[in-house]
Amino acid sequence: MINSIGRVLPEYSEGYGEIRPFAGINKNVSNSEYMNRIDTVKKHKASKRRNNLAELIRELEIKDGMTLSFHHHLRNGDKVLNMVMEQVAEMGIKDLTIAASSLFPVHAPLVGWIQKGVVTSVIASYISGPVAQSISQGDLKYPAIMHTHGGRARAIESGELVIDIAFLGAPTSDCCGNINGVQGPAACGTLGYAVSDAEYAKKVVAVTDNLVPYPAERVAISQEYVDYVLVVDSIGDPDGIVSGTTQITRNPLGLKIAAQAVKVIEASGYLKEGMSFQTGAGGTSLAVAHFLKEKMLEEGLVGSFASGGITGCLVDMFEQGMFRALLDVQCFDHEAIRSFRENSRHQAMSASKYGNPHNKGAVVDQLDVMILGATEIDQDFNVNVTTGSDGCIMGGSGGHSDTAAGAKLAIVVTQLVKKRNPIVKESVTTVTTPGESIDVLVTERGIAVNPRREDVRKQLLQAGIHLVDIKRLKEMAYELTGEPQALDKDGRIVAFVEYRDGTLIDVVRKI
Amino acid sequence: MSEVLRSLLFIPGNNPGMIQNASVFDADGIIFDLEDAVSLEEKDAARTLISMALKTFDLSPKKIMVRVNPLNSVWGPEDVLRIASCHPDAILLPKADEKAIEACGKLLDEVEKNKGFEANSIRIFALIETAFGLEHAREIVDASSRLDGILLGGEDYTADMQIVRTREGLELSYARARLANLCKAYGLQFIDTPFTDVDDFEGLTFDIQEAIRWGATGKAAINPRQIERIQHAFMPTQKDILWAKEVLEAWSEAKKQGKGVCSLHGKMIDSPVVVRAEKILENVMAYRQKEEALS
Amino acid sequence: MKIERPSQAGSMESNDILIMLHPSNQSIQIQLESKVKKQFGKHIEQAIKETLDEAGVTQVLVVAKDSGALDYTIKSRVLTALSRSMEGPSYE
Repeated sequence: MINSIGRVLPEYSEGYGEIRPFAGINKNVSNSEYMNRIDTVKKHKASKRRNNLAELIRELEIKDGMTLSFHHHLRNGDKVLNMVMEQVAEMGIKDLTIAASSLFPVHAPLVGWIQKGVVTSVIASYISGPVAQSISQGDLKYPAIMHTHGGRARAIESGELVIDIAFLGAPTSDCCGNINGVQGPAACGTLGYAVSDAEYAKKVVAVTDNLVPYPAERVAISQEYVDYVLVVDSIGDPDGIVSGTTQITRNPLGLKIAAQAVKVIEASGYLKEGMSFQTGAGGTSLAVAHFLKEKMLEEGLVGSFASGGITGCLVDMFEQGMFRALLDVQCFDHEAIRSFRENSRHQAMSASKYGNPHNKGAVVDQLDVMILGATEIDQDFNVNVTTGSDGCIMGGSGGHSDTAAGAKLAIVVTQLVKKRNPIVKESVTTVTTPGESIDVLVTERGIAVNPRREDVRKQLLQAGIHLVDIKRLKEMAYELTGEPQALDKDGRIVAFVEYRDGTLIDVVRKI
Repeated sequence: MSEVLRSLLFIPGNNPGMIQNASVFDADGIIFDLEDAVSLEEKDAARTLISMALKTFDLSPKKIMVRVNPLNSVWGPEDVLRIASCHPDAILLPKADEKAIEACGKLLDEVEKNKGFEANSIRIFALIETAFGLEHAREIVDASSRLDGILLGGEDYTADMQIVRTREGLELSYARARLANLCKAYGLQFIDTPFTDVDDFEGLTFDIQEAIRWGATGKAAINPRQIERIQHAFMPTQKDILWAKEVLEAWSEAKKQGKGVCSLHGKMIDSPVVVRAEKILENVMAYRQKEEALS
Repeated sequence: MKIERPSQAGSMESNDILIMLHPSNQSIQIQLESKVKKQFGKHIEQAIKETLDEAGVTQVLVVAKDSGALDYTIKSRVLTALSRSMEGPSYE
């Protein structure tokens, strides 16, 4: 079958089930029952504390075919997933589903467990490094499922994704499982992606290297959700927790794009008192924040909130009084962690509060301006951030689709050509975010407005901003690079890309 | 090439990433550099790369110059011959003196003839960067009818003078004043030296003002981030524009009444003041047209 | 024409390509490494071959390590490597 953006999909897939095709950004509303798994937890007064992982794994009675979940707040410094899986694999358990909010290069050992059939299904919102490579090459038995951050929370809360055991890396915990992310050697700030797992998994294990006396303070995940507290030597390497991509670009092209993006924000009328803003952590996106800051200072404007994964750049704006609050699902660097620890207006939010399309109100719907990156964007403004132009998985939506759908003005900033790859293309390799939810594309060689946003187009023209058709941008790119050879479209499906509402927006094929 | 060139961006001659994006930066002109930005081992590679780039990319309406190696180096003459065959707007000749200008002119004559280009269509900008060159500036100007302007090379000049180049740039005042005056006298463009600290925008702004004070018509840049400030600085301010309009109105009123002088806000207006006002408005028009063309 | 001496030009920097020419008794052979090989491999090999053809080279082994170079760069680097192979570096 073909979905509403023209992508060819199977009707059914083993290990996934019936396929619901993507039909438009607000077409599929939830019809599932609200399932509260808290009731299923057996109360016990015995101590939750455990000191031996191997013993705990036996006690948990993990069986073939179960689903284990992990969160990614420790990012490329995470030790929890590998530590747990090593024990599980040693016990000869097979056919497991790993539901991790994201997977990073540090999770390379997973490749071996995938190849041995210990893990036959992977569900994640973002996958990079050797695991992404392995899945792209077809090592995994069933196609991986790639959610958005909000979509993952929706899937868990709706009962679509049932987690048997959630292992929560806990930078600090007390013996009853009151967890915080701001203290301890592996402090990572907020714990937004772990919240749904804690609330809905059948069993929850807090894994900590910083056990504090009861009761712990600054609780992010509370004891009523936690079955066990496992104490280990170390849950994460602090150097890997802070991601390295949080610096403003020095690339003159990136800076030009960023300056243009701020002009677009201003011309479209969103640069005003009380504006809300979010940006990804890429160098160009951060430069947008930097130039926006200069503009807001110049005009004396105070915004309402900045949200998302929070970086030092946004903290700096917040501390200079340019936003009243930060709404933070995960901290990207030490500055963000410090700010969250020190300032009560720097608030944590769960992935569900951030972007679940089917709850009673997500933060993304309050966003005015969202700055997004793109690995590729096509003539219908569909964006790919899931695979490279060679077809290999190298990322995933994360909050891309969620924020694009929610924000009043979703701006994609990207170079037109990167190392011979045309970024604006006839057709993207994989659709992550539907073009319907993208409003403006800013490149160094021109700005294009989605024809759906006639209002924005008029405002930009009125402000004297020169616009080009996105098709012309594609031509300009191809004039430089030549027309790329088509990739093989017949390969086996190795991953399903789910839109935030749970419908299928695209598939990834074996490279 | 007598039109305005407020900013000229230097782009290293052996850096494909920068070269292919030259059109993206909002400078009025580009200087592809085969000299200081290219190591000795890569001189041949850069020359070929720039030749190929000139044949491949249409950068109009930007003005394209290529800084060749000095004519007395082993690469210089070949640089001129190979680059001129691709017809850039101008050659920027380093360590210029009258002999070098003359020799360069002859090489260009040869290429234009062989290639069937219009005679004298490839222009020359002289890079004056020695005490000797500065003393011979007048002779340099007389050496070729191809000369469209002079660029002051502040780093080499102060090194040659054995004086320190400072952030304030007072030590460049004599060279700036002399070259500005000469260029004005001969209807040439005077392009000021680049400001080398690419992170010091306050210093850059001061340096541009200093150059404008002495009469520079444009300024070179070594980083794209410097361009916007340079372009902006050459644009007359709203206050200047308003003043110029008022002067011309008052003058036209006076002429109607048959008077040779009049006054505005208590200050006398005579014909030099009118010329100044006209020039301001002319510049505004020229810069605006330029911006239209570049956008 | 045959290449008599090995030579190279270009670099591994982004947007550049490293071209290495080796003497060979066989017709033109190209060994290409590129991050964009899937999308542009044929295109890059074509650009290399055309440049060699135009220069009249018939026998050479080309080892190319591409970091996303556009055609103008590919052709330039082949030409520079060719002239280096013929004349030897001019700075010596």
